[in-house]
Amino acid sequence: MLERLYKYAAPHQFFALSRALTPWFGGAAAALLAVGLAGALWFAPPDYQQGESVRIIYVHVPAAWMSLFVYVVLAAAGITGLVWNVKVADALARASAPLGASFTLLALATGSLWGKPMWGTWWVWDARLTSELILLFLYLGYIALQGAIEDTRMAARAGAVLAAIGLVNIPIIHYSVEWWSTLHQGPTITRFDAPAIHASMLVPLLIMALGFKAFYAATALVRMRCELLESECNSAWVTELGSGGK
Amino acid sequence: MSAARACKAVLRRDLLLGLRHRAELANPLVFYVIVASLFPFAVGSDTPTLAIIGPSVIWVCALLAATLSLDRIFHADFDDGTLEQLILARQPLVLLVGAKTLAHWLLCGVPLVPAALALAVLYQLPATALWPMLSTLLLGTPVFSLTGTALAALTVGLSGSGVLLALLILPLYIPVLIFSVAAVGNAMNGLSIAGELYFLSALLVLALTVMPFAAAAALRIRLG
Amino acid sequence: MNSLREFLHMGGYWLYVWGAYGLTAVVLLWNAVAPMLRERSLLQDVAARAAAGRIQ
Repeated sequence: MLERLYKYAAPHQFFALSRALTPWFGGAAAALLAVGLAGALWFAPPDYQQGESVRIIYVHVPAAWMSLFVYVVLAAAGITGLVWNVKVADALARASAPLGASFTLLALATGSLWGKPMWGTWWVWDARLTSELILLFLYLGYIALQGAIEDTRMAARAGAVLAAIGLVNIPIIHYSVEWWSTLHQGPTITRFDAPAIHASMLVPLLIMALGFKAFYAATALVRMRCELLESECNSAWVTELGSGGK
Repeated sequence: MSAARACKAVLRRDLLLGLRHRAELANPLVFYVIVASLFPFAVGSDTPTLAIIGPSVIWVCALLAATLSLDRIFHADFDDGTLEQLILARQPLVLLVGAKTLAHWLLCGVPLVPAALALAVLYQLPATALWPMLSTLLLGTPVFSLTGTALAALTVGLSGSGVLLALLILPLYIPVLIFSVAAVGNAMNGLSIAGELYFLSALLVLALTVMPFAAAAALRIRLG
Repeated sequence: MNSLREFLHMGGYWLYVWGAYGLTAVVLLWNAVAPMLRERSLLQDVAARAAAGRIQ
């Protein structure tokens, strides 16, 4: 098992494997998102208080989950690349950043679109939205650092240290923001009613969440191949790839 | 040379160099006072309003001033090659970097405290706000120096590193800002500030245990 | 027909609901297409360089 894992940590082996896997993840993402969309927009009941606007949670909540999940993947991959010198892990960290930032942005924008009819305003300094905003800043910082360092290898390693610092800080930021928001007495509806969620709402939500995960896997694989093609452009396997050999 | 003596030498060198460039040290402080005194021009000279926003303004401007001073931790040493010597030294890099952080705090962090107290007078904050202002700054500024050292190490030698560094570090300062301003606010309302001070102390201990290692790792990556 | 109109109307929240779903679709599609295009152009580059290498 470990030997096999080790084998696929080699960039050229990973490249072939990832090409085989991408259609599967892509197909799974398309199917799950289609089923989830039907469930979310049609079959799930409207909320007795929030009406049809509750349907926004089927994209908001998966995006918010993904935003945090991707940051953890980014940091873990970065540290793996830093400690064990795995190029594929570096590529995963770098590939995750724009995706994670996109999910964070989506969570913020959809949260704002839900907030306008519910709170009567586009933005409320609610603990969750604020934490999400700070997470976006962390992603933007990572992306800015990657852009500033030319050498991709060094950029990935420096990014790993930054992501590790960010990972330590995320729980601290989260709890201090939560504490701060209770201190300043936020609005009464501060969150989606998660505990009382009914199966007719939970099932589409979980399907959408799985669809988002599969989407992340598929697009991260493509991005990782791009990263590897760029950072390994002078190695033998890339040249071979270019001359038509597999 | 023992590690302790090496650290002392680094600390002494950094302090001496800092004190010989007094103008450079004074600039962030002057910036601090100027930016904080801009607010009354924008908000108006209404005393109750100023007393309400005073602690927040004084703290946010302290963050900005601290961020401005971060670039100098490694910049000159990177340019003249001293930094590479530090990395090649036999003594553990973590301790040497720790000495540099301490020097930065003494030169750039501590002076923010009297400046903040002067600003508190300008904002006509009540006397009850002064002690919490002092204690939160004394706990918060070392966190700035520690976190700042790690991120300055990551961005050392990059073009446009000043703005990049600010981008990277300001979000990480948010917890310190929340607890410090809350402490000052509590004190002004006659409430206890022990909880906030415990939180700030915990943040300081965490930064002390994590950041020097992160800074050493970052320097090895950037100069390796 | 009537139910379709009701569906699109979303109980008066059509702007917010369809706005959220539309934005999500745009962001996800862009994230799916952009890397695929980038990979294709990178592979073309690699092929061009290999061809140049063979001529030499």
